[in-house]
Amino acid sequence: MPTDYGPVAVWGVAVVVGLITFAVRGSFVYLFGRVETVPPRVTRALRFVPPAVFAALVVPSLVVVDGSADLVPVAVSASEGLSVTVGNERLLAGLVAAGAAWVTEDVFATIAAGMLTLWLLRFVV
Amino acid sequence: MPVSHVPPAVRRGVRDATPVAVGIIPFGLVTGVASVEAGLSPVQAVGLSFLAFAGASQLAVVDLLGRNAALAVVVLTGVVINLRMLMFSASIAPYFRAFGARWKTLSSYLLTDQAYALAVSWYREEDPDPTARFRYFVAAGGSLWVVWQASLVVGVFAGANVPASWGLEFAVPLVFLGLLVPAVSNRPTLAAAVVGGGVAVAGDVVAVGGGTGLPYNLSLIVGAVAGVLAGVVVSAAGDGDEGNAGSPEEAEH
Repeated sequence: MPTDYGPVAVWGVAVVVGLITFAVRGSFVYLFGRVETVPPRVTRALRFVPPAVFAALVVPSLVVVDGSADLVPVAVSASEGLSVTVGNERLLAGLVAAGAAWVTEDVFATIAAGMLTLWLLRFVV
Repeated sequence: MPVSHVPPAVRRGVRDATPVAVGIIPFGLVTGVASVEAGLSPVQAVGLSFLAFAGASQLAVVDLLGRNAALAVVVLTGVVINLRMLMFSASIAPYFRAFGARWKTLSSYLLTDQAYALAVSWYREEDPDPTARFRYFVAAGGSLWVVWQASLVVGVFAGANVPASWGLEFAVPLVFLGLLVPAVSNRPTLAAAVVGGGVAVAGDVVAVGGGTGLPYNLSLIVGAVAGVLAGVVVSAAGDGDEGNAGSPEEAEH
């Protein structure tokens, strides 16, 4: 789904993110001697930025389907014999990928596990 | 120039960075693909990558641009993801103290999680002089830079030729998942992830005003803030196991 933003907005975002990121990287490198450590309270809070932000990015993209939450990866029905059907395919593939991430701690293995599962569900099952 | 004439610190930096660089190739490919899928031109995709040189941040920025999130949300998310680099900057600053302004500028630009980790472990091991420190850092960080940009460019051009039915856009949350899982290492980080993800979902599905979900992809920011607060609260309540959340800064100070 391509963005509706024009080149000025895209370049504006790129420049602002780039400049602030550079300032963050250079902060203590340039200030050393005046400010030498990150206050412990800030460090403590910063530690929770990656899990919080990455979860806020990941979980909705696995769970939210057309504006509502679909929390059923696999639907099991016992009405006419036992039948198992795929519910939310992205969630199911995401769970497999999370398992791969847990075992391997490797981004490539995570992508491979998730994409293969998605393709299996889409093209084979 | 024969390899033997290359300063040893440079050779060592390239060698140490090589396995890490191989590991970032798929990440770069996905970011390149995601950039064109979000509607960025190849030049914009590469421009963002040169300016930011930060994978997770770039990926979040293009993902949110593709969703037409408010520009403030795009920038804020792209920046917040990089705030962890404050800790790397503080930790590595003593080693860069003797550098001149140009060396500091280049080293700061090349400062990534991986370059930081490689350099600090070599500095501790060998206690090199400032010139060797700079050479090693630019060699390792520069290798990562080259591999990152090259794999991104390949992704940019490959992305245009992949059929939509392959669902390649799904690789974006998978990358974040691959970063999320190792970031969850104890109870407080788990709380941060559960609350961050849960609040973000709630923000997307709860009816607000006339429509569904918070506008402008604000649920992302609300979820992230709630997650950080949850982590702080749980670590303050439990203490004990908060010390090993995978952050490198404490070894130094």
